[in-house]
Amino acid sequence: MGGGTSCYQEIEETDCILLWGSNARETHPIFFHHLLKGLKRGARLFTVDPRRTSSAEWADVWLGLDVGTDIALANAAAREIIAAGLVNTDFVDAATDGFDAYRASVEPWTLDRAEAVTGVPADAIRTMAHTYATSPRAMLCWTLGITEHHTAVDNVLSLINLALLTGHVGTWGSGINPLRGQNNVQGGGDMGALPDRLPGFQHVEDDEARVKFDRAWGVTVPPVRGWHLSGMFDAMERGELTAVYVIGENPIQSEADQHRAIRLMQGLDTLVVQDLFLTDTARLADVVLPAAAGAFESDGTVTSSERRVQRSRRVIDPPGEAREDLAIIFDLARALGHDWGRPDAEAVWNELRRLSPMHGGMSYARLEALDGLQWPCYDEQHPGEAFLHARLWERPVVGPRAPFSPVEHRPPADALSDDYPLRLTTGRRLAEYNTGVQTGAYASPTRRGETLDLSPEDAARYGVTAGESVRVVSRRGAVVVPVFVDPALRPGLAFMTFHFPDQVRTNELTNDVTDPKAGTAEFKATAVRLEKIEVPA
Amino acid sequence: MDLHIVGGEPTPEEREAVDAVLGPATSGWRGAVRDVDRDGRTADGGAGVSARPQLLPAFHAVQDRTGWVSRGALNYICRRLSVPPADAWGVLTFYHLLSTAPRPLAVAHVCDDIACRLRGAEALCAALEGRLGPASNPTSGPAHPVESAASPEGRSPASFGWQRSPCLGHCDAGSAVLVTRAGASPTRAVLAPAPTADAIVAALEGQAVPPVPLTLGVQGQPRLLARAGAADPISLDSYRAHGGYRALARAIAIGPDAVIAEVTASKLLGRGGAAFPTGRKWEAVRRQPATPRYVVCNADESEPGTFKDRVLLEADPFAVVESMTICALATGATHGFLYIRGEYPLGEARMAAALAAARAAGLLGDSVMGSGARFDIEIRRGGGAYICGEETALFNSIEGKRGEPRSKPPFPAEFGVFGKPTVANNVETLVNVLDIVLEGGNAWATTGTPGSAGPRLFCLSGHVARPGLYEVPFGATLRELIDLAGGVTDGRAVKAVLLGGAAGSFVGPDRLDLPLTFEAARDAGATLGSGVVMVFDDTADLTDTLHRIAEFFTHESCGQCVPCRVGTRRQLELMGTLSGQEVHSSVPSASSAASKPSAPSAAQVYAELATAMRDASICGLGQTASAAIESALRLGLITGARRP
Repeated sequence: MGGGTSCYQEIEETDCILLWGSNARETHPIFFHHLLKGLKRGARLFTVDPRRTSSAEWADVWLGLDVGTDIALANAAAREIIAAGLVNTDFVDAATDGFDAYRASVEPWTLDRAEAVTGVPADAIRTMAHTYATSPRAMLCWTLGITEHHTAVDNVLSLINLALLTGHVGTWGSGINPLRGQNNVQGGGDMGALPDRLPGFQHVEDDEARVKFDRAWGVTVPPVRGWHLSGMFDAMERGELTAVYVIGENPIQSEADQHRAIRLMQGLDTLVVQDLFLTDTARLADVVLPAAAGAFESDGTVTSSERRVQRSRRVIDPPGEAREDLAIIFDLARALGHDWGRPDAEAVWNELRRLSPMHGGMSYARLEALDGLQWPCYDEQHPGEAFLHARLWERPVVGPRAPFSPVEHRPPADALSDDYPLRLTTGRRLAEYNTGVQTGAYASPTRRGETLDLSPEDAARYGVTAGESVRVVSRRGAVVVPVFVDPALRPGLAFMTFHFPDQVRTNELTNDVTDPKAGTAEFKATAVRLEKIEVPA
Repeated sequence: MDLHIVGGEPTPEEREAVDAVLGPATSGWRGAVRDVDRDGRTADGGAGVSARPQLLPAFHAVQDRTGWVSRGALNYICRRLSVPPADAWGVLTFYHLLSTAPRPLAVAHVCDDIACRLRGAEALCAALEGRLGPASNPTSGPAHPVESAASPEGRSPASFGWQRSPCLGHCDAGSAVLVTRAGASPTRAVLAPAPTADAIVAALEGQAVPPVPLTLGVQGQPRLLARAGAADPISLDSYRAHGGYRALARAIAIGPDAVIAEVTASKLLGRGGAAFPTGRKWEAVRRQPATPRYVVCNADESEPGTFKDRVLLEADPFAVVESMTICALATGATHGFLYIRGEYPLGEARMAAALAAARAAGLLGDSVMGSGARFDIEIRRGGGAYICGEETALFNSIEGKRGEPRSKPPFPAEFGVFGKPTVANNVETLVNVLDIVLEGGNAWATTGTPGSAGPRLFCLSGHVARPGLYEVPFGATLRELIDLAGGVTDGRAVKAVLLGGAAGSFVGPDRLDLPLTFEAARDAGATLGSGVVMVFDDTADLTDTLHRIAEFFTHESCGQCVPCRVGTRRQLELMGTLSGQEVHSSVPSASSAASKPSAPSAAQVYAELATAMRDASICGLGQTASAAIESALRLGLITGARRP
C-alpha cells in the first residue's frame, strides 16, 4: 500500500518536522496551514531544499543542498545519529531488518564528506540529525524534490531509513509522508490507476486477488503489468503503443523533453482526450470528450494525502455537452460491447468496497456521517486508521519487519560541464498549478509569468538585469525567458516553473531520464547555460 | 505571515540602535550583508521561531535614537526578528509614544489630564503654543509607512516639538511634562511641578532637569513607605540595612507551601484595582503542571490620578525585586517581567540598577540567594497605552503583539504570558508580601479591617493642601485622609471626590466619613480602584473633568471590540449633549417634544449606552469607561457647559 502514514492533525501535534524537497508553503498551502499550527505549538521545522523557499523562511534551519544530493545528506544524517548514540535501538532491534548492512553503507558519510558533496555546512546537518533523533515525535514529509530525480525511489528509501533508525513511524505524531499534489492523487492510486495494481493496491500478478476481480467483472484480467507514463512514451517510440485515452492530463506540456512528447503524441493512430478544458493535448486529439468537473458537477469520492476518503457531490449541472466521467465511461463500454447499465456513483463505490478490503467499511452513509474515513477501513465497525504501521510497535511485531534499504548517492544524470555550467531546477508557485490548465484562466495578483530566476551574484556575473530576456540552452532545447533576480538562490543555481507553456516551454529543457522503478522524470536537475541576447545597436 | 519586505533600508544610526538591543546581525537573511557562501547554504531562525517579543524593545531603541520609527528601520527590525512588516506595523502603530512619522528629536509631552487640569495644564499648553507653535499630536498615522529621511532636511523643520499627553502619573506635582530627547545618548525626564514654558524649552535644549519633589505621609506605622525617602534607592547595602532581603531569606527557609499559606492567611487583595486574593492566584499557578511559569509585575500604572507604584519603583526598587523573587520561588516561576509604563523614566532606571545589583549579589540568577532556584527579571518598557495595564493586554504586549486584551477564560494562572502559567501582580500588592512573610499572614492581617487587611496607599491630588502619596491602614475615613493631606486647599468646601481614577466614580461631600475599605466602598456604589483620591472643591469645573475623562477613554480604547470602540466615542459626543454644550439631534427640542413624547432624554440614551458598554465590552476598560460619568449624573455634578 502506498500512502502517507499520518493524518493532518498529527503534524499539528508533533515536535519536529523535516520538510524535504518540498515547498509546501506554496505547493501544498492547506497542508502547510496544519504545519503552521504545529510550529505555533512549538514544533521545530527543518527544510531541505536547494532554494531558500517561502517554506524555508519558516524553518528553524534551512539546509540548502546541491540539487540531487539528498541521499548523501540523508546518509550523513544517519551516520551522525548512529555515531552520537541516538539510534532507537529498541525499535531497530524489534521491528526492523538489515541494520548492520545499513550502518556499514552510511559509515563513509561523515559530516565533512557530506558538506563537500551537498554543500550544506556540517553544523546544520548535525543540528537537523540530532533534533530529529531526539524529538519525542517527528515527521518526515517530502514532495517532488525527492521524487523527480532519476534516483527517486532510492531518495525515498534514504528518508524511510531515517525514520526506521529513530523509530519515528507508527506512533501518533511520528510518520513519513509524501505530500500529494492534488486533492485525489492518493485516490487515483487507491483505485488502481497504477500500471501494476488493481483497486486497493492488489497486485495484478497476485492470482488470488485477480481471480476475485475476474469473477466479479465476468472477464479475465490480463495478469501482466502495464506501463507507467514514461514507459508509455517509450512504447510509443517503439511503435508498440498506438492508441491513447487521456483522462484529465496534459502530457504534451507537462512531460520532460517536450519536443519528444509532442512528436510521439502526434504519431499516434488514435488519441482520445477527456478533459474539462481544451488543453494543448486535447487539440492534438482525434476525439475530445468534454467532462464534468469532479468537485461539484459529479458525484463520487476523493482521497486526500492523509488517506481520507471524502464524498464529492454534484451541486450544479455541467455546462453544454460536458458529462460526468462515469457516464462517459459507461457509454464507451457500451460502444465497445459491454452494457454495464447506468449504475450511480454509490453503486460503483459499493462494488469497490466488495473487491478492495481496505475500503470495505466505507459506506456512503458512514462517509457522510463521519466526514470521511481513513483507509484501511475493513468493515462497518472499523473506525479507519489515523496512522499506519502501529503494528511495528507491537511486541512481537505483527507481520513482516520493516527493512532498511542501503542506498548510494548518484549525482544527477544531466551533468554540469563547461558548456552547461548552471544547474536549473523547476517547481511550482503558489498561484499556479502545473501547466496552468486549471489556474491560468484566473487572475492572480502574484502572477508574473515565466521567468528564469537567478541569484543576484549570477545576474551580476552574466551582466543581466531583472526583466531582460535571455536564452537558456540545455542539451535538449533552448527557450527565451526574462530574468528574475531572487536571493533565495545561490550562484550556479537557477529556477523556472512550467506554469506558462504558452509563453515559455520549460520542458523543452528538462531531462526525461527516469527512475527505472518509479518512471518519474528528472525534472529537478537540468544542466543549462545562459546566453545573453544581443540587441542590435 | 511570510516576510514581504519592500522599500526602505535602515540608516547606519538606525541599524546601530537596533543592533545595540539585539546584538549584531548574524546572517544575510537577518539583516547583515549577504555572505553567499554561508547564506546560500543555510539559514536559521525563520518565521516559525520569530523573535517577536523583541519588537517593542527594538522600536524603543530606534525611537530613542532618531525620534521616530522609519520604514527602513521597521524593515530592518523585521528582518532581524522574522516578523512580517505588515504585522509589525500593526504593533508599531498601537503605541502612542512611538511615531511612524518624522518628529523633532526633542519632544515635550504635556499632561493635560484631569489632575493637571486643576493645576494649570491648559495655561501651560497655551504658553507652549506661543513658544513652539501648535501641538503636534498626530490625529492618525500615515496611510503608509514613511521612508527613512534621506537627509536632515527630510525631518520636521522644528528641532523641538510638544504634544498633549494623558496622565503622566505625577498628579501630586502637576502640571507635569515628560521631555524626551532622542539621539546617541537619549534622555527622558519628567518636569514637575508646574514648569514654565522657558523651563520646558531649556529641558528640550538639553539642560538638566531637577528631581521632582516627593510628598509622602503616613497614618500610624509605615509599612509600604517605611524605606521610601529613608533608604538610598540605588544602594543594595542601604536596602539591606533597612531590613531588605530578610523576607526572601525567610521565604527560602520556610519553603514555597508555607509562603503561599502565609499570603493566603494574610487575606491580601490585589491593589491594582481588581482586588483579587493574591494567595489564591499564587496557589493556582503553583498547581499548574506546565512550565516555564512566569511572574509579571504590572508597573504599567496609567489610571489617571494614580502614582503610587511610581513612588515605590523610584524610592524602593529593591523591594519590588525582592517581592517578585519571593513570588517566583513560591510559584515555581523561573522568569519575571517588570512591565513599566514608558512615562516612568526614573522608575525604569532605578529598577534597572536594582536588577543589576541584585544579579551581581546572587539575589537573581541561577541560584537565588544560594537556594538553587533559578529566577531572573526582564524589564519591558510600555509604549504609551493605558490598555496595557489590563493584564492580558500586557501579556500580548510582552509577546510583541498589539496590546489588545484577551477573552477570559482561560485565566492567566493557566494561560498567561506565552500561554504559560503566570502570576500577574501589581507593584503595591507585591511589596506587601515582604511584611507578610516576615510577620506571618495572621499577624499582618491585624492591620486594617476584617474585609480589607493591611495598609493601603492613596494618591491624593486635586484641591488638597499637600497632594502626595499617603499610607493608611484600611478603615481610615476619607475625611481623615484629606486631613492628613492638609485639608481642602484654602479651606474651601468639597464639591466631590473622585475615587479610583477615570475608571472609578465620584462621591459627594456627604460621604466624607466613608471608611476606605473595599467593602464600604462597594456598599457606597464606589470603588477604591488603584487608590486615587482626587478632590474637587466648590470652584471646580466638573463638566471639564468629565469631558476629559470621556476624551481619555476615546483615546485609549484599543478598538478591538465594538461596544468599547464605538461606545467611548458616543459617550464623548453625549457629554456635549448632557452638559448642554450642543444639541444632539436625537434630543427633542421643546416644540417637537410634544409631538414625540416618547423620545428618550439624553440621560436615558446615555444610561442605555453605559449598560451596553458595561455588559458587552471584552475588558475592564469598556466595562468601567462610563462609571465616572454615571456617578456624576447621579450626584448632579454636570451643571452646565464646559468653561472655556
